[in-house]
Amino acid sequence: MKPARFEYVRPESLDEALTALAEGGGEAKVLAGGQSLVPALNMRVLRPALVVDVNGVAGLDGVANGNGVVRVGATVRQADDRLRTHPALAAVLPHVGHTITRNRGTVCGSIAHADSAAELPLALVASAGSAVVTSTRGRREIRAEELFLGPYTTALAPDELIVETVWPLLEEGAGFAFDELAQRGGDFALCMAAALARGGELSIVVGSVTPVPTRLEVDPQRPGESAAAQVEPWGSIHASPAYLRQLVRVLVDRVVAQARERAA
Amino acid sequence: MIAVDVTVNGRRYREEVEPRLLLSDFLRHRLGLTGTHVGCEHGVCGACTVKLDGAAVRSCLLLAAQVDGAAIVTVEGLAGTGALTPLQEAFHRHHALQCGFCTPGILVAAEDLLTGERPPTREEIVDMLSGQLCRCTGYTAIIDAIAEVAGA
Repeated sequence: MKPARFEYVRPESLDEALTALAEGGGEAKVLAGGQSLVPALNMRVLRPALVVDVNGVAGLDGVANGNGVVRVGATVRQADDRLRTHPALAAVLPHVGHTITRNRGTVCGSIAHADSAAELPLALVASAGSAVVTSTRGRREIRAEELFLGPYTTALAPDELIVETVWPLLEEGAGFAFDELAQRGGDFALCMAAALARGGELSIVVGSVTPVPTRLEVDPQRPGESAAAQVEPWGSIHASPAYLRQLVRVLVDRVVAQARERAA
Repeated sequence: MIAVDVTVNGRRYREEVEPRLLLSDFLRHRLGLTGTHVGCEHGVCGACTVKLDGAAVRSCLLLAAQVDGAAIVTVEGLAGTGALTPLQEAFHRHHALQCGFCTPGILVAAEDLLTGERPPTREEIVDMLSGQLCRCTGYTAIIDAIAEVAGA
């Protein structure tokens, strides 16, 4: 399991990186932490002609906290202590891979990879966050709910780079909670759920059991049951659709109870 | 070919590498440092764990081309003088290895955990080991060995 041949560039400026991606014409892939890309290269699921390593690009490693949001740059590692200032990041990051993959893996890379069983895309949707993307054609901001189109599929064009993700902080008196069930610690979740409670309002996002992180309108009196009725898990060798629906029921009730407690 | 100037276990190497060469294969085949083991090559098993500029990483998920200018420590670099480190002594004492395939990765990963701001708790040791697969020991002896050094 070794990668197929590719060309490799390590630009030092954003302009050079964007030019390389544009010239790659859809055959280029961005390398940041490499914890998703390199396994895909090793398994030859991906065979890009060009790998653009953005780790040397100046100015992408910042975490900025201001104006009610936390802005996380493209090369900020999942293990970065600065991320703990955001409640959704603090809640999900311990579940993202392992201690050692978090030393290398990036927040923005996981968002761009868009695995339907990954925690960070769900956290971005649950936080009503967004991704700031650039290319030689310009810059735009994509809301999380419009970013994820399907498993491993985003609204990004092949020449676009996520330069930062934007994570709105919770309003005063709001409570957030996340939980998941995975077969082993650090594995991708079979089912995951996040809840945001604010006053009488409740916002629920589920993942792994849906193609993309999905916001559900739930009955506040029986949130788990009403969430479970809205999903159609496809099931796998590890878990039947009925079992996954039961996980939705249990996890949603659990995160709702925690979020309400934290909001109170 | 990409020029790589890298320090491994205190020794400097200047090599030319193909972009697709993984760091794990560079260490083993080019530098002859076969203590770094290759298991799954997708970041799950942890056998290939090395330290890159002070942080433990999967060497199978890095390209050799990426480590230009970096300092790497492999399992061969832990006991530089030849005497076992306190962690290696503890592994010996607790019988924390059997076939030994996972041991290099676990030693490097555990050294990384033990050099944090404060000693790890037993729970943190268990959590870290979720990323290091061992199929012989059942983990208990490994946890005991690391916990002894941590004073946990």
